[in-house]
Amino acid sequence: MKINDAVSGVILLLLSLAVLFSISAYPKIPGQNVGPAAFPAMVALLLAACAIGLIWRGVRAKGQWLVPGPWLKSGPHVRNFLLTNLCLVFYILVSDKLGFIPSAALVLAVMFWTLRVRPAFILPLSVGVTLLIHLIFYKGLRVPLPWGVLLPWQW
Amino acid sequence: MTTAVLLQALSLILDPYVLTVIFFSALFGLFVGCIPGLTATMATALLVPITFFMPPVPAIAAIVTATAMAIFSGDIPGALLRIPGTPASAAYTDETYRMTLKGQAELALGAGLVFSAIGGLFGTLVMILFAPALAEFALRFSSFEYFWLVVLGLSGALIVGAAGRLKSAVSLLLGLLVACIGLENPAAHPRFTFGINDLMGGVELIPMMVGMFAVSELLRYVTNMDPPAVIVTEKIGNIFSGMWGLLKQYRWPLVRGCAVGTAVGVQPGAGADMAAWMSYAMSKKFSKEPEKFGTGHVEGVIESGAANNSAVSGAWIPAMVFGIPGDSITAIAIGVLYMKNLNPGPTLFTNHPENIYAIFMVFILANLVMLPLGWLTVKLATKILKVSSNILMPSILLFCIVGSFAINNSVFGVTLMLLFGLAAFVLEENGFPVAPAILGVVLGKMLEENFVTSMIKSDSDPMVFFTRPIAMWLALGTMVVLLWPLGAKILQLIRGR
Repeated sequence: MKINDAVSGVILLLLSLAVLFSISAYPKIPGQNVGPAAFPAMVALLLAACAIGLIWRGVRAKGQWLVPGPWLKSGPHVRNFLLTNLCLVFYILVSDKLGFIPSAALVLAVMFWTLRVRPAFILPLSVGVTLLIHLIFYKGLRVPLPWGVLLPWQW
Repeated sequence: MTTAVLLQALSLILDPYVLTVIFFSALFGLFVGCIPGLTATMATALLVPITFFMPPVPAIAAIVTATAMAIFSGDIPGALLRIPGTPASAAYTDETYRMTLKGQAELALGAGLVFSAIGGLFGTLVMILFAPALAEFALRFSSFEYFWLVVLGLSGALIVGAAGRLKSAVSLLLGLLVACIGLENPAAHPRFTFGINDLMGGVELIPMMVGMFAVSELLRYVTNMDPPAVIVTEKIGNIFSGMWGLLKQYRWPLVRGCAVGTAVGVQPGAGADMAAWMSYAMSKKFSKEPEKFGTGHVEGVIESGAANNSAVSGAWIPAMVFGIPGDSITAIAIGVLYMKNLNPGPTLFTNHPENIYAIFMVFILANLVMLPLGWLTVKLATKILKVSSNILMPSILLFCIVGSFAINNSVFGVTLMLLFGLAAFVLEENGFPVAPAILGVVLGKMLEENFVTSMIKSDSDPMVFFTRPIAMWLALGTMVVLLWPLGAKILQLIRGR
């Protein structure tokens, strides 16, 4: 997806204004001219200058505001993209309760499915890879991956 | 350098644990570099969560070895599939592919391997000769000099970036803003934490890097519409035959490639890929047979193949001496050094010389084991290239999840990884390079600290930034770097008249 420089410029300008606004409330340090706001203010002002440059360039180039990349017109690729992100969100939300092994195996199964791994391989591969990574990190590096619903059977 | 320190360093390296780490990171780097879509930077980002659990020397050894290997093995799919395995091989992918079509796959891959190792060793030699002297000089630096040094480094990232300067600047400034997040600023005031406790200590480097360099690549993979590439040759003979002849015939291009590569590597923001592009162009310019370039001619491959590996070593010089990364790989490595309490800077050379010499030895060892292991990888290449990436990529995604979780044993790391992965994906889709952003994040704290300290020391008089002798020269250098494009344009205008 190609965003016109003018549009990215506006977004960046808004971001730098938001930064400047939020640091305006920062406390001053008595007896000093440079407080916690000084450095972010400098960065935000430079960013605003660059943003204006981008807007100028984008307006002069007169392109479309938004040009969807070729993959955005292809159903399977959009599905791949959305599912990759959804899988990560799913893991973030449920892994603590459900546990690492079931959540990770599910994430892998969905990813294998959307990337067209042969259906017969999906189940063994997702369970196998999950157990391998669990072995490396939980047993090998002692990372306390959550057991979740498998707690009574932990090994 | 005393013998005792050298022996101590040697005993650090010859530890069976360290040697095992080097061996497996070498295999890992060769594998990652060989698979198109997995880059050397990604190899580093994926290694970091594992190095988190290691002592300092093996941790750095793992990164050094894996990146050197990945930069070489990026040549393999270039020659066999016409797809560079890492961006550093892109400059001469067409050339090596044409050599393969002419039946010279062995020569292309052999030249890649042998001259990569020579380039890496050359960069290492420069590092061993100059880094300690530079560190001794840097001991005289105060906050003013460091301020300018960081600014100079960051400006370098804008000047040499292939993408437009404006977009590189935006990326850099976004990185600096990310560095502002958290409590760790000179005033210890929480900034941009949105009330989230996990952000008080700032953005965790590992999940951010895994997001920016691994998850964004995975997103690019799942949306990639290119048709699968076909391997053009199945049989690869002896890749070492004829190398001695090439070495004698092309010794000057080789030296030039090594020198340019090391110099480009030292430049902050410019890494192995830039070194390869510049060297390839230079090779063609100075060649006696420039007409052969692009038809499957080995000369450019030798020069730029040596250049990208010497850049990998060169990038470590400013990283270790000043804490200023030469490329995105060393930016990640600097994060690792901080985590290991081996804060980069000149004092590292005086307080822990054995670690520094151990790192030097790792570089030498890595470039030497590259020859046999690289040979093995080339032999197995046609099999490695057939690994189903639709099975590999989701497995890497799971690895990223666990790696990001492992830093604080909190799922917040995974959230950061996702956010930074998406951000990097969108930025790159729109022509904003990601490397300046990571430089900004890593250098932001150092820049602010030195700026604020200097301002307090000088009682807010900005003139002091220009009056100390070394600071003045660094300031002048920064101005030259920043104003160079403008000056060049004016010169062009004057000449045009």
